[in-house]
Amino acid sequence: MSGPSSQPVRRVQAGTTEAPWVRYLLITVALLFVLLFLVLPLAAVFTEALRKGAGAYLDALKEPDAWSAIKLTLIAAAIAVPLNLVFGVAAAWAIAKYEFRGKSFLTTLVDLPFSVSPVVAGLMYVLLFGAQGWFGPWLQAHDVKIIFAVPGIVLATVFVTFPFIARELIPLMQAQGSDEEQAAIVLGATGWQTFRHVTLPNIKWGLIYGVILCNARAMGEFGAVSVVSGHIRGQTNTLPLHVEILYNEYQSVAAFAVASLLAILALVTLAIKSVAEWRHEAEMKAAAELPPERPQALAVVR
Amino acid sequence: MNALISGAPSAGLAPLPRAQAKRTPQRVLPGFKLTLGYTVLYLCLIVLIPITALFFKTFTLTWEQFVLAVTSPRVLASYRLTFGASLIAALVNLVFGLLLAWVLVRYKFPGKKIVDALVDLPFALPTAVAGISLTALLAGNGWLGQYLEPMGIKLAFTPAGVVIALIFVGMPFVVRTVQPVLEDAEKELEEAATALGANRLQIFTKVIFPHIAPALLTGFAMAFARAIGEYGSVIFIAGNMPMVSEITPLIIIGKLEQYDYAGATAVAVVMLLISFILLLVINALQTWQRKAMGASS
Repeated sequence: MSGPSSQPVRRVQAGTTEAPWVRYLLITVALLFVLLFLVLPLAAVFTEALRKGAGAYLDALKEPDAWSAIKLTLIAAAIAVPLNLVFGVAAAWAIAKYEFRGKSFLTTLVDLPFSVSPVVAGLMYVLLFGAQGWFGPWLQAHDVKIIFAVPGIVLATVFVTFPFIARELIPLMQAQGSDEEQAAIVLGATGWQTFRHVTLPNIKWGLIYGVILCNARAMGEFGAVSVVSGHIRGQTNTLPLHVEILYNEYQSVAAFAVASLLAILALVTLAIKSVAEWRHEAEMKAAAELPPERPQALAVVR
Repeated sequence: MNALISGAPSAGLAPLPRAQAKRTPQRVLPGFKLTLGYTVLYLCLIVLIPITALFFKTFTLTWEQFVLAVTSPRVLASYRLTFGASLIAALVNLVFGLLLAWVLVRYKFPGKKIVDALVDLPFALPTAVAGISLTALLAGNGWLGQYLEPMGIKLAFTPAGVVIALIFVGMPFVVRTVQPVLEDAEKELEEAATALGANRLQIFTKVIFPHIAPALLTGFAMAFARAIGEYGSVIFIAGNMPMVSEITPLIIIGKLEQYDYAGATAVAVVMLLISFILLLVINALQTWQRKAMGASS
């Protein structure tokens, strides 16, 4: 009897994976694709930046225009990310914890900025605040500059990074339900205490994940910012716009040197994101091993 | 007990079945009016009012002017390039995204975690950086261009370059939507199919593929939608020749630079309507995916 019973077991194992040569072929093709489309472009940024040595690289970064671009990029991100963070938490709380009419429509609207072309987004703000826009005459009369100035850049950045944090938090908080929060309220905690001590620890990794992706996009946005900035060197140039100007002036080394800063930002973003994911998975695994008295810890997210 | 979402794509919003929330007494938790009010207010200020402004601006045009602005030969050529290149790029991403997701979920190989992290690079790397970097690689004196151009393959400054840039920006979508669904697929089904005598190819086409098809299509639609609006990475590599390698967002910028606000707005409205349609399609696909997931578990 042992003969026939061991036979199907082996066949079953063979049936849930591919022959070794198929596996190796698929892995090779996939890795070649990653090499061509991800690794090479990334490597090219640093090679081109260091083409004329470390001296030329550092000189390009020491330039005052590069510095003012760095400063403006940091300012735009420092305003846009906290604004969208507050919005993301508020929207996720409203959408995940309550039932109301038009909820799925609201969720779609939150997603909307992702599907709008960045150039169209920039144009919308020009039409609102530009010289010929709705508020243009009023703004001119009061000597407020939004388009071709820093506020316009911040607004465009806020728009393109609008959904990042909300869309990370909404599915996460929906999966977690509101049992724990309700228990906290029943036990006498205030709303803020409940959020601070019950909700926040549960959504920590999703929040970090959303914030760093939001930040990466805020610092790297090109199309929308390009439309509203006016490209005034040293004044309304963010880092990506500065890259474009240098590149179009055939200052290849300088362009890639500035670009390498943004590439480093991207790599740091990916590193933090991966760590956040691994930590989150580890916590999920730990929660799954808890005794069944705490079944809500099992809600699987991502 | 709890609604168990499994395989909700990380890149998409996944409103869950409402059964659970309905059962619990509503609005025990404080802050409903505050958070919903703030959400709606902020949404109006940042998103809805600007979009309304865009639509209102087109009403300053007569219908004939509008049609003329959005159907001039140069604009039509840009639609063909934008949609054609986006479609090809999304198809390439469909195939290679599925392959990457498959390899990352099913196989073990050295450096897997790094590859997995690297897949998100196009989300994190600013598009302008991607644009100049791909151009440097594919130009006649670049790492790849120096071998390709003698063979008669010219990629930089041609429509083919546009496709390459769009493949780059759209790459993570299919991988990230398919990956969780594949991880979630029950191996028992495959084992059962094997026991019933199916071979590996049959199992893939008849058991695995139907299971991941909704996620695959969602990722495809997201990559396509992203590619249509893309600007930063494309303009460096495209060469931007009118009628040949000029994408629609660049047409808008060109009209703006000539102070043709009404013309720019008309083309922008066309693009915006297309993105609305794609958003609805993606939403429908995600609903289908959740239903498919719910039915299988």
